[in-house]
Amino acid sequence: MNPVIINLWYVVAAALFIFGLKQLGSPATAVRGNILSSLAMVIAIAVTLFNKEILSFQLILIAAAVGAVIGAIAAQKVEMTSMPEMVALFNGSGGIASLMVGWAALYSTGNTTFTDVTILLSIVIGGMTFSGSILAWGKLSEVMTSAAVVFGAQRFVNAAILVALIACSVMFCMEPAVDSPYLYAVIGLALLIGVMAVLPIGGADMPVVISLLNSYSGLAACAAGFAINNNILIVAGSMVGAAGIILTNIMCKAMNRSLGHVLFSGFGAVKQATKVEGEVKPIVAEDAFLILEAAQSVSFVPGYGMAVAQAQHVVRELGELLEKNGAEVTYAIHPVAGRMPGHMNVLLAEANVPYDQLVEMEDINPRIDNVDVAVVIGANDVVNPSARNDENSPIYGMPIINVDQARTVFVLKRSMGSGFSGVDNPLFFGDNTRMLFGDAKQSIAAVVAEFKG
Amino acid sequence: MEAVFLAMVLMLSIFLGFELISKVPATLHTPLMSGANAISGITIVGALISAGGESDAMSSYLGAAAVMFAMINVAGGYLVTNRMLSMFKKKDTTQPGGKA
Repeated sequence: MNPVIINLWYVVAAALFIFGLKQLGSPATAVRGNILSSLAMVIAIAVTLFNKEILSFQLILIAAAVGAVIGAIAAQKVEMTSMPEMVALFNGSGGIASLMVGWAALYSTGNTTFTDVTILLSIVIGGMTFSGSILAWGKLSEVMTSAAVVFGAQRFVNAAILVALIACSVMFCMEPAVDSPYLYAVIGLALLIGVMAVLPIGGADMPVVISLLNSYSGLAACAAGFAINNNILIVAGSMVGAAGIILTNIMCKAMNRSLGHVLFSGFGAVKQATKVEGEVKPIVAEDAFLILEAAQSVSFVPGYGMAVAQAQHVVRELGELLEKNGAEVTYAIHPVAGRMPGHMNVLLAEANVPYDQLVEMEDINPRIDNVDVAVVIGANDVVNPSARNDENSPIYGMPIINVDQARTVFVLKRSMGSGFSGVDNPLFFGDNTRMLFGDAKQSIAAVVAEFKG
Repeated sequence: MEAVFLAMVLMLSIFLGFELISKVPATLHTPLMSGANAISGITIVGALISAGGESDAMSSYLGAAAVMFAMINVAGGYLVTNRMLSMFKKKDTTQPGGKA
């Protein structure tokens, strides 16, 4: 096929990607948006096969079939709680693909220095996306410690790696060759940088890392587009890059931390929060039922702990019973609840909670004092009033859901202990707080049983 | 001149990306991310050209490996996004019978 016609089809594909992303922005049209975007991908792949440079199809067919089967099985099998790991792995495979595209582009003749530089960029960004994603996967799936790994000379080591990477890149560009030792050095150092970048980031900051790696995988594709002089890679890649940056920014804001702070310093041990002391007021399921039965407005505030306890289905059941009882039911979701942006929403949607009951922090906070009962399930830091009141708290300044201002707060908790970041939570001692101790799933099931009984 | 043209395309699509995505509600952030992730598999276009070329065996093998990895990204990304999005239902259309 004539290259001009191929490129015209790429224009069609780009338009469909744009429409697809636009429609992904609303729950009503999102399914169609995703289909449009996949259609764009099919078009892009199909017309590329008509490229005159493609002479043999055997390798392509085998490789594509293997990849498609692996991807399809993974997509079908993955648990919704494990979505962050899955996205990390998909990011990683996109990253390594861009690295290889860049590497293979070195074999084409007549590359200019500009092309060589962009080839190196796609190798470097692709490589660090790959190794960073694999490490992120390791942390998320708890194959390795999910805590921040920080050591004394870390910054010097990282700076040294970066300098070495730049030096090797320059040396390579002076005398580009496919068997240049500097090429292998660049690949190795890029992989190393990905590891070093994710290593000092702790478990609670993982949503930021996932978003950032997502952005990198787009930028890697974008760099590969420069390397092989292809518009569709640049357009699609940079849109993904922009999407990742936006989500990264949202996550950082939701934790009141700068991106630099997330990337370069482990969480905790910075400040010592004022110790809070007081008396907790435990209740049993029967009392909880009596209060909920009288409530006009109930808001559930879920955290990742809810998903760990697999309580989302029984929570939805309680929500339906409360609605039948005449209460207004909402699910207030903090932007960093769960382990990736929007994770909690997906988990609740999986449990058949209608999306119009999922409300954002900014929507619930102004009317929180009209909420009769706020039920906190497996969340801690995102409802910790210290973030508002205690300047010594490590999470001071982080926006929270102000459940302490609701008329009554139920906190479901296994036992008295502190959350992910080890911060004491004065919410537990509030006058209007009632603690419902025990496994979240069993506690809610007990309340549901009271309703039915 | 070619480089300048590509840089122009880059600049415009970054701005477009920011415009498109900054309005997405938090509810859809995970599907947005996995959907965007699938799009980053567009690198498969470059992989196909390398894999199908017959100039150098190494280049073909690298291309083929890239095709496989990018295909995992594309197929997995779109399918898992579709799976997630089909779970999002409005109140009236919520069907009973989910695992309780």
